Amino acid sequence: MGLELYLDLLSQPCRAVYIFAKKNRIPFELHTVDLLKGQQVSKHFSKLNSLRKVPALKDDDFVLTESTAILIYLSQKYQTEDHWYPAELQARARVHEYLGWHADFIRGTFGVMLWTKVLAPLIGTQVPEEKVRRNRTALEEALDKLNARFLGNKPFLTGQQVTLADIMALEEMMQPIALGLDLYEGRQQLASWHRRVEAFLGAELCEEAHGPIMTILEQMACKTIPIPPPEAHPPMLKRLAKIP
Amino acid sequence: MVLELYMDLLSAPCRAVYIFARKNGIPFEFQFVDLLKGHHHSKEYIEINPLRKLPSLRDGKFVLSESVAILLYLARKYKVPDHWYPQDLQACARVDEYLAWQHTTLRKSCLRALWHKVMLPSFLSEPVAPETLTATLAELERNLKLLQDKFLQDKAFLAGPHISVADLVAVTELMHPVSAGCQVFEGRPKLAAWRQRVEAAVGQDLFQEAHEFILQIKDISPADSSTKRALMPGVRAMLQ
Repeated sequence: MGLELYLDLLSQPCRAVYIFAKKNRIPFELHTVDLLKGQQVSKHFSKLNSLRKVPALKDDDFVLTESTAILIYLSQKYQTEDHWYPAELQARARVHEYLGWHADFIRGTFGVMLWTKVLAPLIGTQVPEEKVRRNRTALEEALDKLNARFLGNKPFLTGQQVTLADIMALEEMMQPIALGLDLYEGRQQLASWHRRVEAFLGAELCEEAHGPIMTILEQMACKTIPIPPPEAHPPMLKRLAKIP
Repeated sequence: MVLELYMDLLSAPCRAVYIFARKNGIPFEFQFVDLLKGHHHSKEYIEINPLRKLPSLRDGKFVLSESVAILLYLARKYKVPDHWYPQDLQACARVDEYLAWQHTTLRKSCLRALWHKVMLPSFLSEPVAPETLTATLAELERNLKLLQDKFLQDKAFLAGPHISVADLVAVTELMHPVSAGCQVFEGRPKLAAWRQRVEAAVGQDLFQEAHEFILQIKDISPADSSTKRALMPGVRAMLQ
């Protein structure tokens, strides 16, 4: 049967998994779960993953969710190069340290702009101005911490080489960037880090993985973007309500 | 130089690290950082962890934050029994999956339940709107259901037949709403049985010791106004 990955490249963690698998030439069958078409709430996908979240991995009978867990699983199963998830005790601890902080301060914060500019309007609602402002503040604060506390003077977030931390962070950064935000204004170090990670991954892979999110505003403008069906609205509204 | 763990057992992630270190006989110096006195904002502590969070670990020159990172570091460095963080690919993935999921879900709910129900009104004399508390408790309910139905299911422990760091992280979080007077295990026999198993595996004495402070939290005296002023911004940010 082989490895199957259930992804939507609109989703940051999905892109991290996709990029990691492709960069490491891990053979997999891609199943696109189109979030805009509400495919994550389909009976078929819910059977696979009752949490209805992407990314999801299926390796024969083994089903796994959570991008961090999936990335670690793939790195170990396919014995990817050590730098991604270093075996050395302290180096590996740094990756987990970043991912822990990322879960609290990056995840959930950097994705909000897609909701305010695209997803909420698509289902006929809007994110209150107060929440939009609060999110911008949280985003700026997170960027400052990312720069000062994690990157510092290092080439990559946890050391001298690219790790899982860098691709998880990169893909979160892509979300507001794709929505038109000049994320790195006045943040040269972060801008350089971003370029460095993309250079490592390769332009072709980045273009492929970032294509869908980078064209989202264009799709909105040209009205070629799919409108989420009614059954997708409840989980979307729930997600919107969670925006602080 | 012995390992130092900077903790306050008020914090659920600290309790998980504390229990793990004690259970595995890992020698460490408990550096108490009193959260309710705002000691995490002290110059000394900011030098250890500029993000002012607990727990932190200091092992010689190596300083590490984030409870999951600390648990896994300790597990690997001290070569604890395999079941805590298994070598087996899929078993390990199950632990990683839980540890990743809980950050933005159960952990947030448990934290909010404690602060919205007890800490804000009683300790910080900050009223909490009834709708806020209702929403928090509803979210807790949803996450408890997910914990039981998606993660535990019919297994003995969250990631399989043996206790792992996932169980420690989960149970210590749940003690937050338990201490706040929420019905966590009542009406949930599977979760209640799992909790008993985790407590038995850890050892009743150690479990009780780690939770001695939090279990008395409803009796906490209100903070004075200067403490309240010092703590409020951090608390607001934490509960966002």
